[in-house]
Amino acid sequence: MSTIMSSLRRADEGRARAMTGLRSRWSSLPRAWRIGAIGAFMVLLYSLPGLNIPLIKTPDTDFTSVLFLCAVYVLVAVGLNVVIGLAGLLDLGYIGFYAVGAYTVAILGSPNSPVVVKFPWIVCVPIAIAVAMLSGVLLGWPTLRLRGDYLAIVTLGFGEIIRVFALNSNITNGNRGINGVPVPSEANWPSWMTWFPYVSSEKQIFSVSNVIGFYWLALTLVVLCILGVRRLERSRVGRSWLAIREDEEAAEVMGVPTFKYKLWAFAIGAALGGLSGALFFSKQTFINAQGFDLFTSILWVAAVVIGGAGNQLGVAVGAILLAYLPERFREFADYRLLIFGVALIVMTIFRPQGLLPSRRRSVELEDRAKEASVVE
Amino acid sequence: MKQALARAIGGVAMIGLLAVSAACADDSSGSGDTATGSTCDLKIAFFGALTGGNAQLGINIRDGAKLAVDQYNTKNADCKVGLVEKDSAGDPAQASGLATSLVADTKLLGVVGPAFSGESKVANPILSKEGVVIITPSATNPALATQGDKTFHRGLGNDASQGPGAANYIKTVLKSQKVFVVDDASEYGKGLADQVKQVLGATVVDSAVVKEQQVDFGAVIDQVKGSAADAIFWGGYYREASPFLKQYRDAGGKAKFIAGDGVKDQAFVDGAGAANAEGAILTCPCVPPEKAGGTFAADYKAATGREAGTYSAEAFDAANIMLEGIKAGNTTRDKLETFVDSYQGQGVTTKFKFQENGEIDPASVAVWAYKVEGGKVIAEQETPK
Amino acid sequence: MNFQFLGDHFVSLTVTGLTQGAIYALVALGYTLVYGVLRLINFAHSEVFMIGTFVTTIIWAGLGFSVGDAAPGTLGVIGLIVIAMIAAGAASGATALVVERVAYRPLRKRNAPSLIFLISAIGASVALSEAVGALTDRQPRGMPTLVVPKVQFSFLGADVTNLQLGIFFSALAMMIGLDIFINRTRLGRGVRAVAQNPDVAALMGVNKDRIIMLIFILGGAMAGAAAVLYDIKVGLTTYSVGFLLGIKAFTAAVLGGIGNLRGALLGGLLLGVVENYGAGVFGNQWMDVVAFMMLVVVLLFRPTGLLGESLGRARA
Repeated sequence: MSTIMSSLRRADEGRARAMTGLRSRWSSLPRAWRIGAIGAFMVLLYSLPGLNIPLIKTPDTDFTSVLFLCAVYVLVAVGLNVVIGLAGLLDLGYIGFYAVGAYTVAILGSPNSPVVVKFPWIVCVPIAIAVAMLSGVLLGWPTLRLRGDYLAIVTLGFGEIIRVFALNSNITNGNRGINGVPVPSEANWPSWMTWFPYVSSEKQIFSVSNVIGFYWLALTLVVLCILGVRRLERSRVGRSWLAIREDEEAAEVMGVPTFKYKLWAFAIGAALGGLSGALFFSKQTFINAQGFDLFTSILWVAAVVIGGAGNQLGVAVGAILLAYLPERFREFADYRLLIFGVALIVMTIFRPQGLLPSRRRSVELEDRAKEASVVE
Repeated sequence: MKQALARAIGGVAMIGLLAVSAACADDSSGSGDTATGSTCDLKIAFFGALTGGNAQLGINIRDGAKLAVDQYNTKNADCKVGLVEKDSAGDPAQASGLATSLVADTKLLGVVGPAFSGESKVANPILSKEGVVIITPSATNPALATQGDKTFHRGLGNDASQGPGAANYIKTVLKSQKVFVVDDASEYGKGLADQVKQVLGATVVDSAVVKEQQVDFGAVIDQVKGSAADAIFWGGYYREASPFLKQYRDAGGKAKFIAGDGVKDQAFVDGAGAANAEGAILTCPCVPPEKAGGTFAADYKAATGREAGTYSAEAFDAANIMLEGIKAGNTTRDKLETFVDSYQGQGVTTKFKFQENGEIDPASVAVWAYKVEGGKVIAEQETPK
Repeated sequence: MNFQFLGDHFVSLTVTGLTQGAIYALVALGYTLVYGVLRLINFAHSEVFMIGTFVTTIIWAGLGFSVGDAAPGTLGVIGLIVIAMIAAGAASGATALVVERVAYRPLRKRNAPSLIFLISAIGASVALSEAVGALTDRQPRGMPTLVVPKVQFSFLGADVTNLQLGIFFSALAMMIGLDIFINRTRLGRGVRAVAQNPDVAALMGVNKDRIIMLIFILGGAMAGAAAVLYDIKVGLTTYSVGFLLGIKAFTAAVLGGIGNLRGALLGGLLLGVVENYGAGVFGNQWMDVVAFMMLVVVLLFRPTGLLGESLGRARA
């Protein structure tokens, strides 16, 4: 048994080395080529709803809706990655921010909410992001002084408090919910877009029954957020986060204001969570207290770690798998969580750094493993 | 290697282009009107939970609809109708994608479902916008009829008819003076409890809200006993009701227990224990199967090996109305919609006739009270109006 | 808000809360033992408890006592409870041990960071609960009413039943037993040594792996015992029963000071009582909110819980 395990592990390390090889080969390509390849990939992503690629289509559910869900989950993962992957803070109640963003849009924008102000979507969403960010600061201010594991349970509590509040408060209308959540625009498709399959000028861009518009919007936001976080990551802020993640006390000694940067990570993560919630429920047009359970929140954390915490591409892959696989393989609906649980254990044993690891983190893991073997 | 990469990029671009053009071609051929095609491969769909915590109700409905379709196909072997099953797990977030995939299938004319009110709020606008006929056999939230979904129909009374039925039973049959109302904060449970509170007015001495999947009711039981109520109305499902009743009776509570159709299931009696559940009153806007007449109960048992469950008969009726319409030559969504709107006929549960807003004619709504006797749920009487 | 209710039923809410808290405390021991030694949140502990609740029903059904069956005489009931405690304790202990071997040991050998442990633990938790869910068709499983609550005495207007007394005192007895075991025996000293400094303990001849297996078995057995008490109290179990109870028990452990056995007892009882008061004042649906709010407030003022952490130093 152990020989099988170790040989598997060795094979896996070999693959990891091959990955790094691929990565360095990629970065040694001429700039123009790299831009061209990324461009082609983006074109592919945008045209996915119109493509008829047989094997990847979802059998039961509308494929574009699944793509949209994937995009929203990627946005969630990018936000959660700031908190977990970059700053190293374990947030198990991230879904609370998602809910705050979603409910802000619903309450401010819907004609059926208890507070009828009927702001348009474009006004609601920035407010939702701001409110989610504020809730992140309010939660982080007292709790970020706590050590890692305590933070985990407190954030878990926060997520549950938000859910219970959504279920029992009058302003959220409980499980009866709020319908008529605003969509970005009521306009129909312009005629110059009608060359694309399933797009016609008689249909609305953002319609409940034709979600290509929503998918493109979500995809665009994902790209913008990934680029934004990437810039942050490579700035002073990002380096401080890494320092905090590796060793908080050492960072503090070296003059990094750790509390301030941890709060920033929390706030930025919360803002992205709020945006994803706002986006998802704009498409759904109906919100109730279902769908904000802690379990989903924990699955998101798992997706981030499995994908490769710290690496944006990795967490995106983790999120896509989490959103896509259950829809693609609906026939296993009753067993999918069971399979997922087993997959989590197997993954952490054979590939703890994640599917597409952050380079720095995988080195860190190797170091730790070496330390362990010295002690034994 | 650089060349290989360039080739790869080119390849991806080519595949992309090809696939786009293929999709264009595919789209133009597929968007014909339903009327032009053959009328013998039409479909209706079941929409509801087949997996997850609320699967049992969905399975009851699916089996009822399936029985109707199977019977139709035996009689009309030369021109069959298909049944599509969409498993939403009762989750509104999954409902939109499923509904969108249903409307894309131009052979599909109608939906039996969606089973729950939450998912209906998401799915109904999508289905109705594309003209798919909806007859729900179980979603009883009154607001569904006022959402502006023109193809929506409800094959049974809504919470606004069941709530007063239960309340009048408490008032005139049980003659309770002090009623304690519990709900589970679900759309269904809270809606029902609110209706009961409204009708009973001052006789409601106190109320409590329980949590989904709560199993330990110590605090609520203290509250019920403190209020000295002589009747408890439960707005919710049997999953929470059975442990509550068991613990309440164990703690020496004597008040009568009344609940809605979400509790009307043998699983409730088994979970609470027959002795504890004895005498519990369960209301339901559904006619008892043995009074329904016809061979439905026997046929269902023969087909599935189980007794017909809650909402099976309603689903059977809903599917039959659509099948009757298809049989009569209404082979497009619009024609079927017109047919259902003006439909009048006797089903196994009641006499069907829909109002303008899709609600069933109030005259055909009968709320029945069932009683737990000797460990079985037995029809007792129609509730006073 | 209903402070009137809290005032009128203060003692009775306290008694209900203490009974619930005793079960939290027993489950919290498992979290605290593992955390004290390994510094890791054993997220799968909730499912160890869940397995115990099912083994109890299976054992009782096997002995001829299913839902609705009448309870045997007093001696028979005690016999059934003792048998169930042994069986559930063994099954839960074994489950905990399997989780350790499959999900944690390979990671420990590589000194993986705690986040990875957490993911593996989540995986084990999901897999266990879903496997039982698939086996039971996700239907709840009932059991006979073995102990019919009888009021034993009234205290300041609150009725105290034999069931409440039995649960509270048997939980307390088990916790005292565990405390003595950890603080007075040779093996217990080993546990404390590993908790304080694993490497030095290893140098002193303590077999670290054996100690780790021991704490998983002990924590699992306590969860199994808690499962029997829970079954008697609630009378029904389902595959998802562990999730929320596990979170509550973990909260209790953190509240008292995770890694501290007496902290788990204090945290469990306090959590049970306060959330019951909260349910009395704000309504049952706000119970969990009250519990988590209390946790946040306590951690703000005592960042390592009420009694402080560390199993190694919890001798006083």
